[in-house]
Amino acid sequence: MFRPLIDFIYRSINILCLASIALLLASIAGLILIESLNFFNAVGPVRIFADSSWFPDESGGGSFGAFPMLTTSLLLAVASTAISAPLALAITIYQRYYASYYPALLVRRTIEAMGAVPSVVFGLVGLTVLVPMIQMIQAPGSSFIAGVLIVSLMIVPTAALVYDAGFERFDRALFLNCAALGITKGKLVFSILLPSLLPTIGSGAILALARAIGETMAVLMVTGNVIQHPTSMFAPVRTLTANIALEMPYAMGIHRSSLFACGLLVVAITVAIAVTAKVLLKRWD
Amino acid sequence: MKRHKVILATVLGLGIFATQQTHAADKNRIFLTGSSTVAPLVAEAGRRYESQHPNVRIDVETGGSSRGIADARRKVVDIGMVSRALKPEESDLKSFTIAWDGVAIIVHHSNQVPELTPVQVRQIYTGKIVNWKELGGADKSIVVVNKAQGRSTLELFLEHFGLKAEEVKAHSIIGDNQQGIKLVAGNPSAIGYVSVGAAEYEAESSGLIRILPLNGIESSSRNVLNGSYPLRRPLNLVVLGTPQAHVAEFLSFLSSGEINDLIKEFYFVPPAD
Repeated sequence: MFRPLIDFIYRSINILCLASIALLLASIAGLILIESLNFFNAVGPVRIFADSSWFPDESGGGSFGAFPMLTTSLLLAVASTAISAPLALAITIYQRYYASYYPALLVRRTIEAMGAVPSVVFGLVGLTVLVPMIQMIQAPGSSFIAGVLIVSLMIVPTAALVYDAGFERFDRALFLNCAALGITKGKLVFSILLPSLLPTIGSGAILALARAIGETMAVLMVTGNVIQHPTSMFAPVRTLTANIALEMPYAMGIHRSSLFACGLLVVAITVAIAVTAKVLLKRWD
Repeated sequence: MKRHKVILATVLGLGIFATQQTHAADKNRIFLTGSSTVAPLVAEAGRRYESQHPNVRIDVETGGSSRGIADARRKVVDIGMVSRALKPEESDLKSFTIAWDGVAIIVHHSNQVPELTPVQVRQIYTGKIVNWKELGGADKSIVVVNKAQGRSTLELFLEHFGLKAEEVKAHSIIGDNQQGIKLVAGNPSAIGYVSVGAAEYEAESSGLIRILPLNGIESSSRNVLNGSYPLRRPLNLVVLGTPQAHVAEFLSFLSSGEINDLIKEFYFVPPAD
């Protein structure tokens, strides 16, 4: 076999795959930008905050007040991540350092299985089990808190898997050294591992946050889909993503363009959060 | 090295084989989208049609009547499903009525309120009546379930009760009929509205919801049939221009009367012919 030729073919295939992925990402970004241009030219981004309601189909212009949905998406994502990132961290630390073999295995497999469940199933469980339970505390049941709880459940595996990989890489080197020095397990985990793993913890949280912002099906089924700011935990709300899913199938013209503008908002928020977090983490080091 | 060659060859072979399969299935594929009311009926009829015509594949998706209209116009689908009569500005599309249905108001099965007048329905949906005890029911705040924009059930409901979309103060907005049914079935203080057929199907099979009569007339497929039910609507299939041969064949199958037993199974009413 002619080694250099095979190497060349292999490298070319790699570069081709890389190029197609980059091209795909660029074309997605490009499509969102181009389709929302119509909205930004004809209506303008200020009306997202200025208009008092969202009725883009109305004859005589229509109103494009997406601000309540923006705050809902942001708050829901932040709240869900605030619940699930520490939970995922606790689960990872438990199954790596404090559990005996079989319980640890059970926890690991359960988390992996949870990560494999499609979001529609979570939405169905939320709709048929969680919403009636919340309804007994405070009507109507389909609410902001329902969305937060379901999304938290969904992103725990996302964060947990990242943390597990991070811990795996790190502790092999440190574990034996600390044992030799007589440092207890508790001190090892909390005073040594956690501080040095802060970048990993940050990345896991960002990944979870990004998934939470993008979550569509499950929030569509449990949050009630009423367009208003989340003034109370039990108020029905609508996220930007659920709005796109509800209206995109039939939207045309400026309505369609405004939905793409909503999509652009979601992407912009995700990118902004990721960049900010990376900058902050760099500063910390 | 030899093992890698074998694996590579197998993967490539399977890949080529897989593309051949989709090619064959694509040959006579009929794609329908639109109303979540019409979809279950068409899906079931489609299965029957597929068993009679093995080279045809029928795919059905929901998304609301407005989606059916938009997709049919854009020629993204072969047939659009619309659960209302076409408007004058939609005269570019040809419609075929395959069944009749209505819009029913549903509540939880434990809700004992016997019936609601149109004025009461308006007041509930505009937020003027907020507790079931004002209507003779239990002391619970009413959870108002409304349909999302773009659904013909919403348009018919608003038109019948003289409401404007902005006037409705809803606690929960749902898309498909089934989402509404599941929500009301799980919530003792909820009120919503869905297709008569879907509601009757659910009430008969699980008994978790109750259908309220309208203007004293029971919301049932029987009353849709005899024309006494005030909120009835045709279930239409729409196409733009002349459909292809295999699509036209499926359309005539659906309008032929061959699926009347299926129509009755779903608690719809066959078109009077």
